[in-house]
Amino acid sequence: MDITNKTALEIGQMIKNKEVSSPEVTKAMLENIKSRDKSVNAFISVFEDEAMAQAEKVQSDIDKGNIASPLAGVPMAIKDNICTKDRLTSCGSKMLYNFKPPYNATVTDKLESGGAIVLGKLNMDEFAMGGSTETSYFGAAHNPWDTDRVTGGSSGGSAASVSAEEAIYALGSDTGGSIRQPCSFCGVSGIKPTYGGVSRYGLVAFASSLDQIGPIGRDIKDCAEVLSLISGHDPKDSTSVKRAPYDFSDCFDGNIKGMKIGIPTNYFGKGLDEDVKKPVLESAETLKKLGAEIEEFEMSIVDYAIPTYYVLACAEASSNLSRYDGIKYGYRNRDCEDLMEVYLTSRSEGFGMEVKRRIMLGSFVLSSGYYDAYYNKSLKVRGLIKKSFDEAFSSYDMILSPVAPTVAYKIGENSSDPLKMYLGDIYTVSVNLAGIPAVSVPCGFGKNGMPVGLQLIGNAFEENKLVKAAYAFQRETDFHLKKPEIALKGGNAQ
Amino acid sequence: MNYQMVVGLEVHVELSTKSKIFCSCTTEFGGEPNTHVCPVCSGMPGVLPVLNKKVVDFAIRAGLATNCEITRYNKFDRKNYFYPDLPKAYQVSQLYLPICRNGKVEIDVNGDKKFIGIHEIHMEEDAGKLVHDPWDDCTLVDYNRCGVPLLEIVSEPDFRSADEVIAYLTKLRETMMYLGVSDCKMQEGSMRADVNISVMPVGSNKFGTRTEMKNMNSFKAIYRAINYESQRQIELLEAGGVVTQETRRWDDNKDASFAMRSKENAQDYRYFPEPDLLPIEISEDWINDTLKNMPELPEAKRARYISEFGLSEYDASVITAERQIAYIFEEATAICNKPKEVCNYVMGELMRLMSETSTLAEELEIDPKKIAEIIELVSDGKINRTAAKEVFEAVFRDNAEPEKYIEEHDLAMVDNSDEVERIVADVIASNPKSIEDIRSGKAKARGFLVGQTMKALKGKANPQTVNKILDEKLKEIL
Repeated sequence: MDITNKTALEIGQMIKNKEVSSPEVTKAMLENIKSRDKSVNAFISVFEDEAMAQAEKVQSDIDKGNIASPLAGVPMAIKDNICTKDRLTSCGSKMLYNFKPPYNATVTDKLESGGAIVLGKLNMDEFAMGGSTETSYFGAAHNPWDTDRVTGGSSGGSAASVSAEEAIYALGSDTGGSIRQPCSFCGVSGIKPTYGGVSRYGLVAFASSLDQIGPIGRDIKDCAEVLSLISGHDPKDSTSVKRAPYDFSDCFDGNIKGMKIGIPTNYFGKGLDEDVKKPVLESAETLKKLGAEIEEFEMSIVDYAIPTYYVLACAEASSNLSRYDGIKYGYRNRDCEDLMEVYLTSRSEGFGMEVKRRIMLGSFVLSSGYYDAYYNKSLKVRGLIKKSFDEAFSSYDMILSPVAPTVAYKIGENSSDPLKMYLGDIYTVSVNLAGIPAVSVPCGFGKNGMPVGLQLIGNAFEENKLVKAAYAFQRETDFHLKKPEIALKGGNAQ
Repeated sequence: MNYQMVVGLEVHVELSTKSKIFCSCTTEFGGEPNTHVCPVCSGMPGVLPVLNKKVVDFAIRAGLATNCEITRYNKFDRKNYFYPDLPKAYQVSQLYLPICRNGKVEIDVNGDKKFIGIHEIHMEEDAGKLVHDPWDDCTLVDYNRCGVPLLEIVSEPDFRSADEVIAYLTKLRETMMYLGVSDCKMQEGSMRADVNISVMPVGSNKFGTRTEMKNMNSFKAIYRAINYESQRQIELLEAGGVVTQETRRWDDNKDASFAMRSKENAQDYRYFPEPDLLPIEISEDWINDTLKNMPELPEAKRARYISEFGLSEYDASVITAERQIAYIFEEATAICNKPKEVCNYVMGELMRLMSETSTLAEELEIDPKKIAEIIELVSDGKINRTAAKEVFEAVFRDNAEPEKYIEEHDLAMVDNSDEVERIVADVIASNPKSIEDIRSGKAKARGFLVGQTMKALKGKANPQTVNKILDEKLKEIL
């Protein structure tokens, strides 16, 4: 019996029923990592011995009835910008190539208390800056559906690990689409939660007002379960919201009759590949068939989302990444004459091109004389974007759109053209600017067989509506059940 | 030409909260390097700040005491710059919406009263400290002070003399200490000032180019630096030169200031709103609660001491100059209800002993109850004033118990007339010369006999009893 292709909830149930043990599943996953990750490169570190020890311990806790979580004993993996105590947390950067935090992120603590088995840490674009996982210091991740292609990013390792069955589920982070877009490229499901829904404590900051941690899984039901486990107010994060826990209990009946779904026509104009457009519009039909009311509407403010996002995200990043100065931890050029040289050489050598580009952009828009023209103006546009979503949600339960304008492209194809890369974020960044939730679920394939994702965007803290709709869709379709044959055979990467 | 100096101050006051502004580390001064640190205040990746509400309380207090408007919708901003003592490479501060604005403080220079405007007060975090190790020729960083909460109190450029500056700093220090907001220990750097100085021709209203001296932590040095720097600028202008806008370092040993950094090299701090903290909304209730719990400030205390306790203006101002002294005075007075006596002991014995032992007011540990006890022992005739001084000193130095000390050292007043009578008789018998002198009208000789009697009684006799018995005996003889 192959247990590595089951969902987290199925495996959790099998462990409870003693059909399989946590150490057995963990061992099987570690085997998959060994055989497949050479071609996928989803992992930056694998905690083989620790994971096995953890599985033994969790199994004995389950046997004693000390752990109730339906995810107890299920092996998973964590994006490498989420702190794991005394274990490498590199953010995919040379700057933190040796950084082992003396503390856990709040989500890591929550996972561990829920009996999660942490297999390792996942590859990503350096400091989560990128949409392809090509900017990682540890090498690009490869798409399990075609290892010549990118995984998307920045949570490319997270999506690829789930897709290649190297992890049952994974945590990613989403600042401008970094969970949803790799889910679309790799054919898996993911949730970008409402800002403030999940604690950011221990998530190495890229853009503090946009970052959120979220789950990536085989299906939306797994994602909802993981979200329940990791979410909630955290006294250590002032921006996490005090509210009742998520309740997904009535999301899994497949009934979406009367649900109002808006389709913003300007999301389907120029720049959207036919390969993507077709399956996304077909999924709208599927939802309609299931009883949802579909309606088109205009949402033109979103045209300003990309510049607004890049001004604000880079501004915050330029400040957040200033602490990497070679003084306290991480990479340092030791062959320096004075302080300025320590700063200049450590940062020049420790950061990659894309990170440096964004630090420069961010420093520029915050500098005196430019602040009002760029940063302040972007804040105002952000307010307008939020307002236009508020208006949309006064008419619709959710918005349906593509996740990305294309399917996964070839490695190296876009990496020399940052603007083209940034435009790939066109359908995702406005969600972060508005602080609202969105899910990405597989909805078809392009002509070349690469997966395509569907995005459902909801109002703040209405993840349950999105989960309900996505579940109904996944009950009706089988796109999420398709497997990437190449990676599972061992891959064809160089 | 005659010139007029113009001075503005930015005063940093370290708040005496128990924990730091954004984490639960202690704010205690000293400690082995990097022992009062955690991932948050040492700027590790991924950590987040959580605001200590006490800091806001203290800022509101300081603002109300300096007649400021309190900003109802507050935000924090990041001030970005690289330096190894700043582990995040940004300081969380307030640029756009400081918590207090448009205040004023009244100062008094030799009877001339004047208001100094407060431009704003904002909350921020302190940085760490660099320590140069001359043996290994390297620089080490101590993050203990990182994240200690600060208030920066920015004055208007309203000062026209060094005396005004010192009067303001004295008043500010007194106020902050009374508010319990800061201990204002200059030598530990918990109060320090950046001084901006320019000069302009008398009668002009156009300010000259200013220079700044940062982080000054002694009133004396500030006084001298202001006079030196204004003179330097005047001489420069007189010689046809121009003042450059720059930061200068004051060297107290050399009694001169030196250029450090000019405006061309000024940093661009790239301020922007701190996204990791929510805005703070200060309600009417919050302000009213703070007002209700405000400690009495020195000025109000002085007025009350004069009207309620009948102290002189001078005594009242000496007693209220330090919060701890006023506290001791009030506590002791509350017990024995003899304000003038308490005032005499505090201004006499207590202050003498403080200066002999170089004790600062905030270090005083003397129990006001014991001071009241000594005063009551004197008024009850249990000990005389000479003995009282000795007991006071023992209480001050060794925290002695007055009654026990009096017993152990046999200091109780001798009020036994028989014994006094016997001693007086002895003294008269052994000093015939004095009796002769008294007979011949030399009144001084009587005093000598009193002295001899007291000496024989080791100073413990009740002087009234001695006088009465001596008079009786002399009447018999004369």
